[in-house]
Amino acid sequence: MMNSNSTAAAQAPKKRLSWNNPEVRAIVYQVLAVALVGGVGWYLVHNTLHNLSVRNITTGFGFLTREAGFAIGEGLISFTPADTYQRAITVGVLNTLRVAFLGILFATILGTIIGIARLSKNWLVRTVSSVYVEVMRNIPLLLQLFFWYVILIETMPGPRRAYHPMPGVFVSNRGIQMPSVHGEGLTWLLVGLALAVVLCLALRGWARRRQEQTGQVFALGRSTIALLIMTPALAWWVSGTTFSLDVPELKGFNFVGGLTLTPEFAALLFGLVIYTSAFIAEVVRSGIQSVDRGQWEAAGALGIKNSLVLRLVVMPQALRVIIPPMTSQYLNITKNSSLAVAIGYPDLVSVINTTLNQTGQAIEGILMIMAAYLTVSLSISLFMNWYNKRIALVER
Amino acid sequence: MMNAATNVVNPSAAPRAWSRAAFWLRTQLFSSPLNTLLTLLTLWLLLATVPAMVDWFFLNSTLTATSAQECRKVTGACWAVIVEKHRLILFGVYPFEEQWRPLLATLLLLGVIVLSGVRRFWNLSLLVFWVIALSGASVLMWGGVFGLSYVENSRWGGLPLTLMLSTFGIAFAFPLGIVLALGRRSDMPAIKTICIVYIELIRGVPLISLLFMSAVMLPLFLPEGITIDKLLRAQAAIILFAAAYMAETIRGGLQAIPKGQFEGADSLGLTYWQQMRLIVLPQALKIVIPPLVGLFIALFKDTSLVVIIGIFDLTQAAKAALVDQTWRGFSIEIYVFISAIYFVFCYSMSKYSQSLEKRLATEHQR
Repeated sequence: MMNSNSTAAAQAPKKRLSWNNPEVRAIVYQVLAVALVGGVGWYLVHNTLHNLSVRNITTGFGFLTREAGFAIGEGLISFTPADTYQRAITVGVLNTLRVAFLGILFATILGTIIGIARLSKNWLVRTVSSVYVEVMRNIPLLLQLFFWYVILIETMPGPRRAYHPMPGVFVSNRGIQMPSVHGEGLTWLLVGLALAVVLCLALRGWARRRQEQTGQVFALGRSTIALLIMTPALAWWVSGTTFSLDVPELKGFNFVGGLTLTPEFAALLFGLVIYTSAFIAEVVRSGIQSVDRGQWEAAGALGIKNSLVLRLVVMPQALRVIIPPMTSQYLNITKNSSLAVAIGYPDLVSVINTTLNQTGQAIEGILMIMAAYLTVSLSISLFMNWYNKRIALVER
Repeated sequence: MMNAATNVVNPSAAPRAWSRAAFWLRTQLFSSPLNTLLTLLTLWLLLATVPAMVDWFFLNSTLTATSAQECRKVTGACWAVIVEKHRLILFGVYPFEEQWRPLLATLLLLGVIVLSGVRRFWNLSLLVFWVIALSGASVLMWGGVFGLSYVENSRWGGLPLTLMLSTFGIAFAFPLGIVLALGRRSDMPAIKTICIVYIELIRGVPLISLLFMSAVMLPLFLPEGITIDKLLRAQAAIILFAAAYMAETIRGGLQAIPKGQFEGADSLGLTYWQQMRLIVLPQALKIVIPPLVGLFIALFKDTSLVVIIGIFDLTQAAKAALVDQTWRGFSIEIYVFISAIYFVFCYSMSKYSQSLEKRLATEHQR
């Protein structure tokens, strides 16, 4: 009976086409549901096609190769109004990715620090970080963006009287100017850094294998830091120490040189980082708290230092709790970066919004926005799922 | 033995107040070099920011200035701009002498939100309250009956609109979310697929793209001659958006119900819907009340995004108050004011949700 379907079917009571048969009911329900969804879909598409033909709007993505005719404030690749819509959208995608990447990076760092600070034994640190979390996560992000933008645009002085908190850094209503590094030395520095990362990973693997085999512990932390500093420095020195620091200077009415964070970009990044770090802090705090007290006590009884307990005993267990909600915070940063359109940072949504206002290709534009975010969302969640699986508890 | 028994150690005196304070300081703030450093760093940070903020907020601010010129003379905040503009910020461009109506609608919606927090009403009466509050608020805002003059919804604005978008959003998303959550757990592959695709599609895109869709694409979806106004379209987008998140929250609750409950219901011979209505959902929904409050807070904050398609909610009303030429340059005061409104709402709801979570958790452990 178990190994043959045909005998099972023969022995089963004969199925009747009756409403009392759950399988028949299931099929009927499903056919109805599919018909309903399909029917509504067909109706909407039909209406849309009719409306489009009435309004003389041609569908399709042909407009992508036409000249855009609008300027974009900033981007990672050059753009002029003579370029195509396609290139404009690429600039938008890159801008979205740039702010999302930096936002995720800084929000993780800040959020982790604040999350740990909320568990501090120090009353002052604990209270200040709690106030930060409560205030920041209870005010809408959009409002925070407007707030930072207004602070940068309206209350900051002009370039001639810019704030000068550190040598080479200027804060004015034109944005934030910072020194940037140029020259061949930089390339070699980066090559050295990449090499150092590879070396560190290799060293880590070797140290772990050696510890497993012989029990000898290798001072990994110190050697990692040494490698990360020494290798790039060596590469830079070998390359002839060419290195030019481009410090922003006031020329006429504006700054020249250096790296500029436009007020739009800075406001968006500040807003995203500050808002999301409050949520990440809560994720980190609850993750650490989810680890049983007994784990701390047992590790303490073995005589392990507090900092090592956190790193070797608590964090690996807390991470399992932290990763899934952290993933959704990363997705939130990416999706929330679309609020850029409200303060004029040329992200994907903002560029496509301009495009569809000019061309009237509303459907294509919105489909492209949705497709882009779905792609990014799905890739982040795939990556985080892979990472989650890697660190998941290996049970016998 | 006898000797040891008589050798009683006298109890030491209770610590005096100042030494208790010193003990607290030592253990809380200066227990280790690192802790001392952290304390000093935080103190430095607070000293650098708090006095300046107190000066700006209170000491150097003015509430009574009668003109913008007078306001510009003070170095602190000009709260007079709030006094001047509070009607515009709170009620938008609703006809001025009729503004008691949005005020009443706001109170009605606040009332039903507060009532929903009282556990005595966690039954069918809550549904009645919500129907009364939502229809009452709509009648008050729209008018046209009971001798109230008709006000078209393009003139609605401010706090009542923000509240309406979020309460209507949550109220209509709730049944839709339940259906989607049940559908996602269904054994029928077609229904399950439809629900999964819907939920993941909506959760994968930003709310803005749905609002844009409601603004520019929805008119194309409808047959010729039928138009739905912008506010209702945005409300529909918010409902569809909230429903996807709601479904995932409710699914979490459904997953927490032990299998024995389903089997028990099966063995009683209950049909699927009886099972859900009488056994599973009452338990599942009770578990998800705290996350549902969280969802409501998120939705309340997210309604501010309707600014981007030009709907006059609280945030947009604040922006409208900024553009007045005579009162220019007080943006921060206005943003602080509406931030405070949002904060009061969200913070009190999240505190409520936390206390609820504690109470429900203890109940569960019994």
